Amino acid sequence: MADLEQFRAETRSWLEANCPPEMRKPVEDENDVYWGGRNAKFKNDAQKSWFEACRDKGYTVPAWPKAYGGAGLSPAEAKVLREEMARINARPPLSSFGIWMLGPALLHFGTEGQKQRFLNEIARGEIRWCQGYSEPGSGSDLVSMQTYGEDKGDHWIVNGQKIWTSYADEADWIFCLVRTDKDNKYQGITFMLFDMAGDGVSTKPIKLISGNSPFCETFMDDVKVPKSYGEDIPAYVGEINRGWDVAKYLLGHEREMISATGGGDRASSLGAVTSRQGELDPVLRAEMALFDVDALAFTAMSEKFLDEVKVGKGHPAQPNMLKYAGTELNKRRHELLMAAGGSRTLEWESEETEHGKPARSWLRTKANSIEGGTSEVMLNVVAKRILELPGA
Amino acid sequence: MPLYYDDDQAMLADSASDFIREEGAIAKQLRHWRDRDCKDGFGHGLWEQFGEMGFTGILLPEEDGGLGMGQVEANIVLEEIGANLTPSPFLSSSVLAATALKHGSDDTRGRWLPDLVAGKNVYAVAIDEGPKHRPEKIACKAEKSGNGFKLTGKKDFVVYGASAEMIVVAARTSGSDSDADGITLFAVPQDASGMSHDSVRLVDSSMASHITFDSVELDGDAVIGEVDGGREILNAMLRAGRVGAAAEGVGVARGAMDMTVDYLKQRKQFGKLIGEFQALQHRAAHLYSEVEIARAVTIKAAQLIDAGSEQAELMTSVAKAKVAKAAGLAVKEGVQMHGGIGMTDEYDIGLYMKRDRALQEFLGDMYYHAGRVAELSGY
Repeated sequence: MADLEQFRAETRSWLEANCPPEMRKPVEDENDVYWGGRNAKFKNDAQKSWFEACRDKGYTVPAWPKAYGGAGLSPAEAKVLREEMARINARPPLSSFGIWMLGPALLHFGTEGQKQRFLNEIARGEIRWCQGYSEPGSGSDLVSMQTYGEDKGDHWIVNGQKIWTSYADEADWIFCLVRTDKDNKYQGITFMLFDMAGDGVSTKPIKLISGNSPFCETFMDDVKVPKSYGEDIPAYVGEINRGWDVAKYLLGHEREMISATGGGDRASSLGAVTSRQGELDPVLRAEMALFDVDALAFTAMSEKFLDEVKVGKGHPAQPNMLKYAGTELNKRRHELLMAAGGSRTLEWESEETEHGKPARSWLRTKANSIEGGTSEVMLNVVAKRILELPGA
Repeated sequence: MPLYYDDDQAMLADSASDFIREEGAIAKQLRHWRDRDCKDGFGHGLWEQFGEMGFTGILLPEEDGGLGMGQVEANIVLEEIGANLTPSPFLSSSVLAATALKHGSDDTRGRWLPDLVAGKNVYAVAIDEGPKHRPEKIACKAEKSGNGFKLTGKKDFVVYGASAEMIVVAARTSGSDSDADGITLFAVPQDASGMSHDSVRLVDSSMASHITFDSVELDGDAVIGEVDGGREILNAMLRAGRVGAAAEGVGVARGAMDMTVDYLKQRKQFGKLIGEFQALQHRAAHLYSEVEIARAVTIKAAQLIDAGSEQAELMTSVAKAKVAKAAGLAVKEGVQMHGGIGMTDEYDIGLYMKRDRALQEFLGDMYYHAGRVAELSGY
């Protein structure tokens, strides 16, 4: 305990010395963060120095082992770091699908060679990954996917199309589900890693109702994927034809991550924030209060889940419940923000709204309950795996 | 503090769950006493067993004969009471009145606590003065008279008031009705002359009193804590009682949900188990998520109370409001998904709906506590 208190004191002074004031403001949307990768650009010097300080300290991935670019913090220390960062509103130094999704899968399923290479690249922000799961016609029903890798001995020839590939147009590499056995629905999928710059890979952004294009269509046209990138560095994770195990494991992480973006993680009450902008109609104020009740309660649930995960308690399907509740909450939050802001929030391009941030964010949240598995799929999983309802 | 039970708490939860499921079961307690039109609305035998288990003094320090435990532990017992719909004076006596008595003098504690701990006596608390919970306003008056006080006024919704050997009454000793200060708590014995009960059976078969105090004469030693300084003790009682009621509500929600999910796995219609229908699966899964979230925030609030945190006030209201939403959903979905049989007295699901309704009102409903969340958050 005394050690933890000392760690807290050290962390506090390290943050004081290394986190620039500009990085002590809540992230407003996904364009506000540093994503790393081959073509990465920093928005400003503060973002750069904050990232570099964290990278050198292992704080882009504090809980990963030091050998893989992390700081090797214990769960208790990692929690202290999170708390201390939250206390000063410190932004995450690096946002990355490598950290949230591929990393945990590699830590669990990867070979030593894969960990040495890819985890270090991820931790240092040198590589930007995207995720190739969904296909046209295979959204929630992921295992119906058709992208096929034909076995050519030391490599595959991959053909097919992926969709909703977040930031595929800016990603360096993709972790991709590819069918390698057409006869077996579940045990015929391989989890492959390959370079987006290779021949035959092309992307096309999809413009969304928010006016932004975070998602892409990704086309694979006779893409040659080698089976190995060197000694102990296979181009696939887990076993050939057993990629579904990896995908499922990773989806669990993705759902946790998306649920953490729910309304509940904001420390400040929605009602308190909006009432500062002007008087609230009594009924809207009441809606805000009922929302704040749900949001604060959800925060407690998230905390309970994380505490339980640390000691191996808790139901493994609970991330599905958190994903469902968190994303529904976030949508409600933005509906209320629009209502509280009135006509100002309708402005699509004005200076005051920073080019329509409120409206674009509101529209963006509508995807929360679709991406990473729809709310309906989450409810199916809860019904089946937690409540054990028949035929679910 | 991690948001789950430590080993001792998990052990308590196991033994409380076994004991209350066995001894406090619906057929054995709620239906038994209801069908006999019992004037108390609960069984004294079970209350004595609570004493033998040590539950009665769970929040009291060991020097008073209690277990010296905290709100988390009291809530563990309450959640089981809720899940089994066990009629019990536990919340009134061992949580609300005990919290008040903890602040009493040696004489006061010596007079009242041994019989509470032994499960011999039950106590009640008189706070509300109308059909809605408004403890910010207290009009019931206690005026100085000789060495003591003369108590005049009315109290409502005094749960198990007519069965209580003593009632903790919040009365005004100075100032005007809406003042925070000027409140004094009194331990009023059952036989105080001038006190009359109009005891009524409620929708959930529990008993509650409308009490009239007509110049009830009280000794100076009836005062709990300081004269005019009762608001702080009252607030401590309310926090403990509200979070306790939330825990009982979590139990009610859990009980109703478990019953309903079981039914979905048994009942056939159109040649299928109704649990196979996605329309019902999704509603059941949504319900599960609401109940889990309500349970998490209730544990959180209880931990904050035990830690003496400033946040306890806010989270207690969040918990009470969230549980009201979740438990309300659980009992409504429970009755609906049971279909016609859910409307029958013979089947237990309706009893959950009735208990939930009473718990919702007790110490403030969802609207009251959501309003408090807004105020405490500064809007």
